[in-house]
Amino acid sequence: MIGAEAIIKCLEAEDVKYVFGYPGVAICPFYNSILESDIKTVLVRTEQSAAHAASGLARITGKPGVCAVTSGPGATNIITGVATAYADSIPLIVITGQVKTDLIGSDVFQEADITGAVESFVKYSYLVKKAEDLPRIFKEAFHIASSGRKGPVLIDIPIDVQNDNIKNFKYPESVNLRTYKPTVKGNASQIKKVIKELAKADKPIMCIGGGVQLGQADDEVIKFAEKHNIPMVTTMMGIGTIPTDHPLYFGMVGNNGKPYANKAMNESDCVMMVGARVADRAISQPDLITKDKVLIHIDVDPAEIGKNAVSSIPLVGDCEAIFEDLNKEDFSSDTSKWLKALEGFKKELKIVRKPNKKYVDPQNFIETLTDKLKDDAIYIADVGQNQIFSCAYAKIKKGKFLTSGGMGTMGYSIPASLGAKLAAPKRQVVCVCGDGSFQMSMCELATFVQHGVQAKIIVFNNNFLGMVREYQHYSYKDNYSMVSLDGSPDLEKLVKAYGFDYLRLKTAKGLSEIIDKFLEDKNNCLLEVMIDPMDLVK
Amino acid sequence: MQKKVFQLLANNTSGVLSRISGLFSRRGYNIESITAGVTADPRYTRVTIVTSGDDEVLEQIEKQVAKLVDIKDIKELKPDESVYRELALVKVRCAPDERPSIIAITDIFRGKIVDVATECLIIEITGGIEKIDKFLDLLEGHEILELARTGMAGLSRGIENVTFLP
Repeated sequence: MIGAEAIIKCLEAEDVKYVFGYPGVAICPFYNSILESDIKTVLVRTEQSAAHAASGLARITGKPGVCAVTSGPGATNIITGVATAYADSIPLIVITGQVKTDLIGSDVFQEADITGAVESFVKYSYLVKKAEDLPRIFKEAFHIASSGRKGPVLIDIPIDVQNDNIKNFKYPESVNLRTYKPTVKGNASQIKKVIKELAKADKPIMCIGGGVQLGQADDEVIKFAEKHNIPMVTTMMGIGTIPTDHPLYFGMVGNNGKPYANKAMNESDCVMMVGARVADRAISQPDLITKDKVLIHIDVDPAEIGKNAVSSIPLVGDCEAIFEDLNKEDFSSDTSKWLKALEGFKKELKIVRKPNKKYVDPQNFIETLTDKLKDDAIYIADVGQNQIFSCAYAKIKKGKFLTSGGMGTMGYSIPASLGAKLAAPKRQVVCVCGDGSFQMSMCELATFVQHGVQAKIIVFNNNFLGMVREYQHYSYKDNYSMVSLDGSPDLEKLVKAYGFDYLRLKTAKGLSEIIDKFLEDKNNCLLEVMIDPMDLVK
Repeated sequence: MQKKVFQLLANNTSGVLSRISGLFSRRGYNIESITAGVTADPRYTRVTIVTSGDDEVLEQIEKQVAKLVDIKDIKELKPDESVYRELALVKVRCAPDERPSIIAITDIFRGKIVDVATECLIIEITGGIEKIDKFLDLLEGHEILELARTGMAGLSRGIENVTFLP
């Protein structure tokens, strides 16, 4: 057996169903051996999309997504996708081909020091030197990517290692990592302290981050909140953990969040941050969540605790394990007055938009769309105004809300929706992007067609890079620079060239019918929604 | 700002030092000195890092380093509970008639003359950072041609803080 065959055996042992990638000479042994396997390959149109697609798949399956690209430009092109996954703690296995071992360091054709270049965007990386090491390295890589705080692991494999013989292939049953042992169980005395503080608190609140879904702790966390009637807010990455119509849910926090959610955090006397890193977009003034209040910070990554805000009670461990323990504890609390006050904030701080009737109002559109979606639908937002509108108005029931929160990578949604749809072919997957982000990933339309994956893409067209335009509106007094998207293609002609169906919505007229038509379409479909170029998210 | 000495136990694998130093540079932490060498157990490397920062930064350094997959252990070497040493080689320009005075200073500091040439000599000196700084101050007036300092290595005193390896 050669190294490349061993890699495939490793992926099969990890129950990998799809590999997203782009070939080149240095990864050819791998893509040759994979032909003998049931693992399906998906050829994307640019390497960055391979990482986003693997990330979309990982966020639905909960298991690492796998992508494989060639050396040099293939490897460097995937970095943005890897960094995007890293920022949101998404588990990926990134395989890169490399030039022959004895040529490494001599600047030969398509050579790049990818383990060096990607060091700050991966949880760990390997440069494989012997084919014999492959089984151990893959076992470790899958373990590292999917345990503790999850994240991408890159494995760089020179072409000669892929071609070398392995005598006795055996996929290890367990890992033996002397230096890597993430904490799972929460410290028992800290758990007691948490309960004590919550029992004392009059105005407790839970702020849910992306870590809850990553740790598959949704059910335990909601059970805890419901048992004690603790209101919940989320960060952007936490959206969808709690059904948006849940009576205890009070919206997304942050500078693009709901004012009443922020007020709820500020007024609370006991904030419980769960799987959230207190990043600047969510909590712009960390002092406010620590001043005159108890801050309980639960995270699997000890380095996140105290990084941006000093907590009163740090609690390190896996969210699910911690909430299982917290749910065993009993305490009585009466939050009815506090919940009433929060309902008051909600009414008092409700944002009333004044939409321009000449265009479609994104709020009206997103609310109607998400009302019509099935309970378990997957909504994928890109980056820009479309993301902020989506965060504010999408109603998520038992489905998922995916977006690039940490890195804010434009072009994420289309390839991520490809991966998500492959992971859950029976679920509705809807991708919402702007005309800027669409054009960053429009090459991937062919990927949907080639692999028979249904695409449902909504493009908010305002002929602007809306989020930057909005920033220039506020910060540069409408001196616009580099934000006009003049020259964009006719989307109808473009998508029809790929065999897509095309729908367009110019005003609110016929909104409901067109959305129905879009969702019922069995073919690939793109719906272009004309929105006000001068609209502001806030 | 305060100075701290951290002692790390890391996997003795290729690239481990670059992972550690890369972490320091990308997060904007200071490295005043870093030394590394294999331990009695060849699977591990011991790294001593002298760094500085305010309390929050130093806490983050400890946590971020601990998070690296290749790090077994990180602990602070507190001055009163540890031994620190550094070695320096100093090449000083020295005419034959200047030799006695330089040798005298070297003796006081328990240094050694390890090479003598007609125009210069090399002194080897070991000690804490302050001792070496002080010694270099005393050489003032003599031209230091080349200086090589190893950076600090350290160990905690006693058996209490030893990390026993399986």
